[in-house]
Amino acid sequence: MPYIPHTEKDIAKILKAAGAQTVDDLLGGLPSSLRLKRPLDLPKGLSEQELKKTLRDIAAGNSTVSGYSSFLGAGAYNHYIPAAVDSLISRSEFYTAYTPYQPEISQGTLQAIFEYQTFVCQLTGMDVSNASLYDGATAVAEAVLMARRLTGRHRILLSSALHPEYRETVETYLKGTADHLTEVAYCAEAGTTLLEAVESMAGDEPACLVIQHPNFFGCLEDVEKLASIIHAKKGLLIVVTNEAVSLGMLKPPGALGADISVGEIRSFGNALSYGGPYLGFLSTKTEFIRQMPGRIIGQTLDKHGNRAFCLTFATREQHIRREKATSNICTNHGLCALAASIHMACLGQTGLKRLAGVNLSKAEYLKKKLLSIKGVRPGFTSPTFNEFTVRLGKDSDTVLRALLEKKIFGGVALNRFYKPLGDYLLVAATEMNSKEDIDLFASELSKAL
Amino acid sequence: MEFPKDLKYTKEHEWVKVEGNVATVGITDYAQDSLGDVVYVELPTEGGSVTKSEPFGVVESVKAVSDLYAPLSGNVAEVNDAIVDSPEAINDDPYGDAWMIKIEIGSPDELADLLSADEYQKFIEEEK
Repeated sequence: MPYIPHTEKDIAKILKAAGAQTVDDLLGGLPSSLRLKRPLDLPKGLSEQELKKTLRDIAAGNSTVSGYSSFLGAGAYNHYIPAAVDSLISRSEFYTAYTPYQPEISQGTLQAIFEYQTFVCQLTGMDVSNASLYDGATAVAEAVLMARRLTGRHRILLSSALHPEYRETVETYLKGTADHLTEVAYCAEAGTTLLEAVESMAGDEPACLVIQHPNFFGCLEDVEKLASIIHAKKGLLIVVTNEAVSLGMLKPPGALGADISVGEIRSFGNALSYGGPYLGFLSTKTEFIRQMPGRIIGQTLDKHGNRAFCLTFATREQHIRREKATSNICTNHGLCALAASIHMACLGQTGLKRLAGVNLSKAEYLKKKLLSIKGVRPGFTSPTFNEFTVRLGKDSDTVLRALLEKKIFGGVALNRFYKPLGDYLLVAATEMNSKEDIDLFASELSKAL
Repeated sequence: MEFPKDLKYTKEHEWVKVEGNVATVGITDYAQDSLGDVVYVELPTEGGSVTKSEPFGVVESVKAVSDLYAPLSGNVAEVNDAIVDSPEAINDDPYGDAWMIKIEIGSPDELADLLSADEYQKFIEEEK
């Protein structure tokens, strides 16, 4: 769509209709102290060629995973995106269509979202998935709101091993309610949610317990045990997955007692992109479907008996239910969900299992190499998938800065989120890290210590 | 479209049948016709209470999800669980099989606010 500014004639017409002489008259209601009273201080316009060069120069100042060897994770894992993904999502039928408001005419888009939902259910072992949400953090917050509606209760337990930014998002969503948000401590040795703490903090009427698996430290939680504790108090278990590739290997949350399985599925088909757009998924049991936020694409038959797709459950969305809607975010991440579906379809069941296997092996190799360095100790004792913690015996920020000089993103310093964990480093490995990269990282780390 | 004379009505399209201290409540023929095929209904639990003009449940059709508003205040004496399993009864027999709840009338004064069949019919003519 071209950008067409107002012409002088347009402006005159608008002013006349508004009963104003000048544009300044229209702004008369604003306090004078807030008005700029001089033209904006902008540089002169550039030609297209100059502009492209300027932007390229600015972009060259960024350090990205393409120029560096990256061991960053913490919710944003570096994965390979097959060429088929960009090629297919760039088809104009997909690329230009926003969430369709006259949905049934866009059968291709609906079929793609239906397939996305199917993949999510297969990965999570749940009955039903919605058509996607914005990102992992908001998906978790939506799951908490859903648990409140389902239970009518207001005591919410968040594992302190849940991604700290996800916890902040839940807090933001619940601001203004009288809800009781409680953080459940993690075990300092195992790095997993403390079972006894859940037991003692749940009270009589918990709405839900939110855990992450693998958790923020990369540790695998005892999901079944946690499920039985919260279910005994008739609360719901929300299991968060922020590395969806782990579902290629781990038991699905649905098989472990999750009532709502939710999280981030950007790892499939979507770029890291400095934090957005990401892709939230939310899946649950059939019995909870009417409190599930967002929409579902259903499969049905048209009047000739042909397979067809339709938008269902939009009746509970904001444009129809207003303030009583199941969610106030009334959309899905169509193109990102499509990209994820194409990647998953390319992998297939075997490919997905192999990808998860490669991630585990790379991370285990990295773990072995790092722990062989003098002064490096394991952070926690629990088993992990493609991410884990180590203790450096030295302030991790200083070490990371030294590694950055060698073009290595050495991981995330946990003191950013957990003050007492000053020498803990959270590191991830994926299929993107070659053996040479890992060996180099280990040797540079040993020099930096 | 039918509007039985022995029933009372509300502007939120509920009907009320008063028998002694008990009011039976459902939605009108006009309401079910406007909603289209009803696929789901959510009702309160027995023993709870409802307040006049406040939502007491939800009815969902293929087109919309609408609140059900209590025509009177009082305790919920009985709930028609049968329509939860077969919500299509709301379309088929809105004044019979598809009654929704029975309210033990808490404030008899509120009865005066209900509309007669004629008044209700006039109201929906104006709404159209």
